[in-house]
Amino acid sequence: MSFPWAQQYKPTTEFGQWMDEKLPIGRLIYNSVGAGYPTPRNLNYMWNFGSLAGVFLVVQIVTGIILAMHYAANAAIAFDSVEHIMRDVNSGWMIRYAHANGASFFFIAIYLHIGRGLYYGSYKAPREMIWLLGVVIYLLAMATAFMGYVLPWGQMSFWGAKVITGLFEAIPLVGKPIQELLLGGFAPDNAALNRFFSLHYLLPFVMAGVIILHIWSLHIPGSNNPTGVNVKGPQDTVPFHPFYTAKDGWFLGLALIFFTGMMFFMPNALGHADNYIPANPLSTPAHIVPEWYFWPWYAILRAFTFDFLFVPAKLLGVLAMFSAILVWFFLPWLDKSPVRSGDYRPRFKKFFWFGLIPCIVILGICGGAPAEEPYVMLSQLASAYYFAHFLIILPLLSRIEKPEPLPNSITEAVTGKPLEQAS
Amino acid sequence: MVRFFGILIGLFFAGMLIYSFGRGAVEYVTNPPVKAVEYQFHEKPKDVSFASDGPFGKFDNQQLQRGFQVYKEVCAACHGLRLVAFRNLAELGYNEDEVKAIAANWIIETPSVNPDTGEASTRPSVPADKFPKPFANDVAAAAANNNAIPPDLSLITKARNGGAPYVYSLLTGYSDPPSELPEANRPGAGLHYNPYFANLNIAMAPPITGDDQVTYSDGTKATVSQMSQDVSAFLIWTAEPSLVQQKQTGWAVIAFLLIATILAFLSYKTIWADVKAEKKKKDA
Repeated sequence: MSFPWAQQYKPTTEFGQWMDEKLPIGRLIYNSVGAGYPTPRNLNYMWNFGSLAGVFLVVQIVTGIILAMHYAANAAIAFDSVEHIMRDVNSGWMIRYAHANGASFFFIAIYLHIGRGLYYGSYKAPREMIWLLGVVIYLLAMATAFMGYVLPWGQMSFWGAKVITGLFEAIPLVGKPIQELLLGGFAPDNAALNRFFSLHYLLPFVMAGVIILHIWSLHIPGSNNPTGVNVKGPQDTVPFHPFYTAKDGWFLGLALIFFTGMMFFMPNALGHADNYIPANPLSTPAHIVPEWYFWPWYAILRAFTFDFLFVPAKLLGVLAMFSAILVWFFLPWLDKSPVRSGDYRPRFKKFFWFGLIPCIVILGICGGAPAEEPYVMLSQLASAYYFAHFLIILPLLSRIEKPEPLPNSITEAVTGKPLEQAS
Repeated sequence: MVRFFGILIGLFFAGMLIYSFGRGAVEYVTNPPVKAVEYQFHEKPKDVSFASDGPFGKFDNQQLQRGFQVYKEVCAACHGLRLVAFRNLAELGYNEDEVKAIAANWIIETPSVNPDTGEASTRPSVPADKFPKPFANDVAAAAANNNAIPPDLSLITKARNGGAPYVYSLLTGYSDPPSELPEANRPGAGLHYNPYFANLNIAMAPPITGDDQVTYSDGTKATVSQMSQDVSAFLIWTAEPSLVQQKQTGWAVIAFLLIATILAFLSYKTIWADVKAEKKKKDA
């Protein structure tokens, strides 16, 4: 599962050799993130966000386990137990703000990681499985983040839970029972809070498991690269360690500076003031808005304002919102262009930078705004483009587009010399 | 096959959305939405700064003590501080005896039981107690306040958009309703016009009405603006007692990370020097 020129693991100590015979965990690490993993030499900084997302998941798990030691998942005292963490637990504020902002940074990292995959065609053969597992990780992350936001049991927790589980109500016949099953009742209350806490604790470990599969399947073909051209020889690669451990390492430091800047100096900037008001089923907040990382999907949900025949607008919105993410599962087969990297696809590049990216940004802005004009009309146009991009433009584009000539090898793209001549 | 169905689904969703957009646009042109009255008359919080603002901000303990005095003499009769304990007041610079005295003499006693009969009763507070609630429950609070429940103030500067400047603006923002305000939006019985409040009419009567409502022991002139600012500063502290500690820790963490990141960057440069040199030859 690696290139023939990969460096071989040679345990130097007697203990290392003993371990290698019994449980070759050192060999596993060496071959997956050590010198034994030959990696394309030309990866740019967009390739840093996978490991960064992994680090933020670890931050979330560690801070989350500590928070769970002090948090009480009971609707009567959940809010106060969070304030107890903020006020009376030693450095509790630090743990909680790290966890609250860590979620946002995890999503920043995976959105850039997904965007990298979309632009450089990392979802294409032979890497379809990596992509599919990635979408699964993203779905799990969304479920985890949503349930985590319910736990402080503030106003936005309660009403967010009510609105999101209310989506299932739109499904004909089985909708209402599904909603009641999710909540353990007719409205969010203690039963819902308890099961959300249980699942919020469980799902990150499921994510960690799928991430292991994600990385495993990555190591079969090896990493994609900005040219999208396959690795052809030893000159095209550098060992993961020390080259990319060093690059990931200093970039992690940079990311942590932004992260700590956020969590120590503006810890509530990405939250909602309403969530510092204890949940009150009798008082609806003026604007119920999910966390920023859900805004584009929320905008798609609200973009459907008219019934279609016998299908109510709400159901259409729910179907569209789920389809918007599920369409990613089909992406490797929708975009059949043999060229991976967007750098060599002149038309794709334009649709990506002037179509998809602005469309997602507009959807994000509209999703965070109140449901009034012009945001509704804007989100309708942007949602229409979103579906057209993945379902119409990409399939047709791969037929009509004439890609630019690809470099013969990664080495040639970097040094200008053919692979054979490179020293 | 995937692409065929994909295009069909794409056409359906995109078509529906364009149709909805068209209907919405026609509606928008023929029947333009009017801005809500609340929206027209509502004002953004005033520009007011606090000692704790900014990355180097620190609490001004003198001001927090004055703010606490305003809270005690003006707000505490109706608004609770249920998440704050008397012992926390030591952070404002009160010594142990002062904290004990404040707790023991607080205007409301802490709910308790009679140790002999077990009947519900009250007792003087001790520093370990949280501030007792001014009303036994929400029903009592609503009954005593014209059906509006005075919110607990522990987290108020974090629980309202605009934070402490909003609280300050609300306290100093009472005015007569403007003459162009429609009849339907004028304050009804028991309500008071305040353009900083979300729906313009607030149940709370102006709490700080004139200069020297409170007598400061440190000689500060107790103007309406001064008292409002002091109590807002105090409420920043109640909502985020560790605010200063957060910023100080933040600077230490960032200083450490800066050094670590620079070192990591230099080692990255060293490790990649040979590989990059090959690329330079091409660029030259």
